[in-house]
Amino acid sequence: MTEMLLEVKDLKIQAPKENAPPIPIVKGVSFNVKRGQVVALIGESGSGKTTIALSSLAYCKPGLEFSGGEVRLDGQDLLQMSDVQHRDIRGRRVAYLAQSAAATFNPAITIGEQVTESSVLHGILTQEGANKRAERLYRALELPDPDRMGRRYPHQVSGGQLQRLMAAMALCGKPDLMILDEPTTALDVTTQIEVLKAFKKVIREEQSAAIYVTHDLAIVAQIADHIVVLYSGRVQEQGSAEQIITRPAHNYTHRLMEAVRPPPTSVTHEEYTDKDDREKPAIVMDDVTAGYGKIVGDEPQFTILRNIDVQVDKAQVVGVIGESGCGKSTLARVAAGLLGAAKGKVVMEGKTLQPSMLKRSKDDLRKVQFVYQMADTALNPKQLIGDIIGRPLEFYLGLTGKQKRERVAELLDMVELPQEFANRYQMELSGGQKQRVNLARHLAAKPDILLCDEVTSALDSIVGDNVIKLLTRLRKKTGVSIVFITHDLSTVASFSDRIVVLYAGRVVEQGTTDQVLNPPYHPYTRLLITSVPELRIGWLEDTMQTREAAVGIARGVELTAVGCPFFNRCPLGIEDGTCEKETPAYRQPAQGHVIACHQELENVIESEEKPQMILKGYDKVGRESQLY
Amino acid sequence: MNDEKKSDIEAKQSVDTDPKAEESSSDQFEELQTAPPKQKLKLSWVGKIAVVIIAIWIVIAFAGPYIAPFHEADMIADDSFLPADKQFWLGSDYLGRDTFSRILWGARTTIGISFISTLAAYFVGITLGIAAAVKGGWTDTILSRVNDAILSLPTIMLGLIIIAALGSSIPILILTAGLIYAASVYRIARALGQDIMVADFVECARARGEGVWWIIFREVLPNCAMPLATDFGLRLVFVVLFISSLSFLGLGVQPPMSDWGSMVRENLQGLGYGSFAAIWPALAIATLTISVNLVVDDISASAGGKLAGKMV
Amino acid sequence: MKTMVLQRFGIGLITLLVVSVLVFAGTEILPGDVAEIVLGQSATPENLAKLRSELGLDKPAYIRYFEWLGDMITFDLGISKAGGASIGDLIGGRLYNTFFMGGIVAVIAVPLSIFLGLLAAMYPGSWIDRVVTFATLGLISVPEFFIATVCVLVLSVQLHWLPAVAYMSGDESFLQLMRALLLPILTLVIVISAQMIRMTRAGILNVLHSPYIEMAILKGVPRKRIILRHALFNAIGPIVNVIALNLAYLVSGVVIIETIFAYPGLAKLMVDGVQTRDLPLVQACAMIFCGTYVVLILTADIASILSNPRLRQPK
Repeated sequence: MTEMLLEVKDLKIQAPKENAPPIPIVKGVSFNVKRGQVVALIGESGSGKTTIALSSLAYCKPGLEFSGGEVRLDGQDLLQMSDVQHRDIRGRRVAYLAQSAAATFNPAITIGEQVTESSVLHGILTQEGANKRAERLYRALELPDPDRMGRRYPHQVSGGQLQRLMAAMALCGKPDLMILDEPTTALDVTTQIEVLKAFKKVIREEQSAAIYVTHDLAIVAQIADHIVVLYSGRVQEQGSAEQIITRPAHNYTHRLMEAVRPPPTSVTHEEYTDKDDREKPAIVMDDVTAGYGKIVGDEPQFTILRNIDVQVDKAQVVGVIGESGCGKSTLARVAAGLLGAAKGKVVMEGKTLQPSMLKRSKDDLRKVQFVYQMADTALNPKQLIGDIIGRPLEFYLGLTGKQKRERVAELLDMVELPQEFANRYQMELSGGQKQRVNLARHLAAKPDILLCDEVTSALDSIVGDNVIKLLTRLRKKTGVSIVFITHDLSTVASFSDRIVVLYAGRVVEQGTTDQVLNPPYHPYTRLLITSVPELRIGWLEDTMQTREAAVGIARGVELTAVGCPFFNRCPLGIEDGTCEKETPAYRQPAQGHVIACHQELENVIESEEKPQMILKGYDKVGRESQLY
Repeated sequence: MNDEKKSDIEAKQSVDTDPKAEESSSDQFEELQTAPPKQKLKLSWVGKIAVVIIAIWIVIAFAGPYIAPFHEADMIADDSFLPADKQFWLGSDYLGRDTFSRILWGARTTIGISFISTLAAYFVGITLGIAAAVKGGWTDTILSRVNDAILSLPTIMLGLIIIAALGSSIPILILTAGLIYAASVYRIARALGQDIMVADFVECARARGEGVWWIIFREVLPNCAMPLATDFGLRLVFVVLFISSLSFLGLGVQPPMSDWGSMVRENLQGLGYGSFAAIWPALAIATLTISVNLVVDDISASAGGKLAGKMV
Repeated sequence: MKTMVLQRFGIGLITLLVVSVLVFAGTEILPGDVAEIVLGQSATPENLAKLRSELGLDKPAYIRYFEWLGDMITFDLGISKAGGASIGDLIGGRLYNTFFMGGIVAVIAVPLSIFLGLLAAMYPGSWIDRVVTFATLGLISVPEFFIATVCVLVLSVQLHWLPAVAYMSGDESFLQLMRALLLPILTLVIVISAQMIRMTRAGILNVLHSPYIEMAILKGVPRKRIILRHALFNAIGPIVNVIALNLAYLVSGVVIIETIFAYPGLAKLMVDGVQTRDLPLVQACAMIFCGTYVVLILTADIASILSNPRLRQPK
């Protein structure tokens, strides 16, 4: 046995076309994986990273074919083997972990059967042996209720758990090599580090080699030994993790590193307008409660948001942050009137808006524009880009003919797209271009407020970074207020004036960017800040030693009607029932800075310095997990 | 570095006048296209042959009476159930009429009635289906229940009842078929409409304040056009079969007009004498319907097969 | 899950009720009523009015509807207005005949279709698949009477193997009976199998798009197991639905087949009823057909709820 496990030499993959020369997708890639080594393939979408990774399973996505090179596993070329030999390799020698566990688990089969299936089919283990091993893996991956996990169906466990179960599925047959395809991309930051930690631990314990595919350099820094940087089907640069991260040589690597924003710290922003203009709020949400289902009294059947007070000043960028399920989008939907508030009011320039958009006047609708997260679905595929951008011009501003066409061209200029795009359909555009068109369409209405719902989350980091830059420039140029909703704290920190932290439908902290990103923190804000991966080797280990990681990470968001919803994840929770039963008071450490917590501010500040308070919280979780 | 594909982004930057944009011009790495643009519709060779057959039948539906050697009602042959010969290419029928001529004449009746019925079914079905999808609430509930009830009666049975009540004439045939198949069109149109109604771009239009008509004609309908067009083919096949079946039962097109369904019935007893007079019109129906189905199949060819091809 | 099943029951009942209104209203708009038909040439305004009040035809339509509905629910199907016989008796034997033939066809066609559908889906693009898809496409595209005609032409006219009509006197031996029924059964099996094979294949292929199928391939799961364990379990809902629809068709939509083979089934009875304007008979038959349809669709719905672990075992 040699030290070298997998050797990829001059690999070429193409997409064959009828009546046309094939399109090359992978253009001669070489790299090696040693035993026990974690190699990261990093690149943006379209770089061919997943396609390359799949070649170590001798697999091509439908529509692609191998056109050259070799992929040697222990010296044997996989590409020369028969289909039956391939089947023997897959799941036994090389195992695959897909990006979306939710889609990759078969909904009709129990988890246990799926986890053990491959190892039993390949005759590595008996069914009992496999079940035992699966259970051990569930424990190693810190999954709740490991004895009964196998009998559940995929829909009965959470996304982060499924992702870890997928690791169990891959590891069950003791493979020599694991392919991890963006396994944490779809997860919240707090869940992401938990999963990452579990992967790292288990890879080490099992001494399996791994290929880790991702676009996120900060993640790679935590887990990889060797990094291969890819762009457009070619290797741009490769080397040890330490070398690539500290001394990147290639331009593209530099560009990737730029897109990884520094850990969220307060940055001073250039002030945009004259002071007195700023004082007037553009939109105010006053004690808003909202949710879905029938409204009885002031309570909807499923309440999402409770007692929200948020103010957006003119030309201000307000970042709204929180994990998924915290009601961030709901907040924007209430402001836009897509969802009527059950209680409270939305005030724009001193005028109370109708709760439902159906009753709002055309001009009120024009002033508040809601920009959707997925440009793919928000742009009608059957309309020309010119018509999509032109419609608000015609509808709100009455522009037609030449005037409209000129304005459409201007708007395309404004979002940095060529004017010819007016005659294209959205299908012909890339993800970033679509999002720009989406922005242009809403800017066309000359809004006062732009509600941006996760507009960069579906984009690659560089592309997303460019969209953020664009938004900053647009704000400056047009004076529009922006409410920017995201789960990514560093994005918000880099360009917001104010930050609103939402947890389980309530504002737990808000203030200027400086105030929120500096102590005193709400415990949840602290958790979010510490969860953002840093581009630094060893960050994961450091973070896992802090209290937040130990206490709050493993849990999901639960909406509660009474008490503080963060209580079950909180390291500072007061055990006598106060946190559980009473709604926390708003504390104001400074003008405009609000923290909703039962703990006195002194205690919050103290806890920053004294780690013994943490242990109390840690105990609490330790106890509860016994109960599972 | 990827020089050959940079044209797009350079174009983008050249039109940019904002000096701040210079920042972003430092990135020489164009965003890569994730999915190649969709390929244009391509028919297999079977599909191409099917298109040709359909085209021939359409031409015959228009020109049939002019190119047919004899009139559909002419009892021209010496005897009934004659085998094919030089004069009567497909032999004669039970009254001694030329089968070939009657098939050419019948194309107009069968295809014409079916086509107009399908159009009627589409008009009614789409109007109500989209209305139900857009309006929702009670409109949807009532329409859908009535529709379920109609669908729960076998089509041919429903047709029999209506025709027994109103008698058989071509307008009534068209109305009957149109009404019956409107139910299934309604179902599809409603399902498609509901899918599209929850799309972000429709919600976006509503948030803009657009009225119902804009949403129906600009947002919803263009997006169901393709699936509905494919379904039109299938529905046409069903209507052809339905009309032919009625005619076969003697309740459809009345003599002496020729139509493929009744031609089969009339000449059924000829089978005993070894005459193919009943087989030819049945074949005519089959070539038309099979061809339409083949084209529809080709268009909606399932991509699921691609992954299946990777199974070992 | 219970609420979902109950909901389906509710929808089924509502559908039946709407059908009853439609059937009643539909027969109501037929020109001329039973009184005119019974009296025929001898009708005078006076004896028409007399007969109408005897038959209860002079009451307002909605009252007659509720009376009729009440009778239907208590299985009092009334008297055939044209023939004078009890509709219950008329239908009884016919219903048995139809269900008898339908049952035999179902027992043959359902397993056959699922087998062939799976086989075609397992090897898409292979010669088996091509033959199956092309043959079934051809069969669903041609009228039933064409298939029946060809069967008669080949098997009874040319080869003289089987009788061309399916007469039943009631005292044949089982073998004779089978021989008589073979042609209509064969035709029906061909007609409904073609439909079911295609839908089974499509149902499976539809599931084969899913990422979990790709995952199974990447786990080294063999083809047979992918289809039978991974794909089939997720396609059960649609497949059961197709089977239910086709069985509903078997019971009610076989007018053509029953006519060609002169088989004394329920559909034929209803066609006769339509021709003689025997309204109570037509109404009763229509309600039986719809009832069967609703029951079958309900069964399919419940089966697909049960086959879905999301609904069977909620969080």
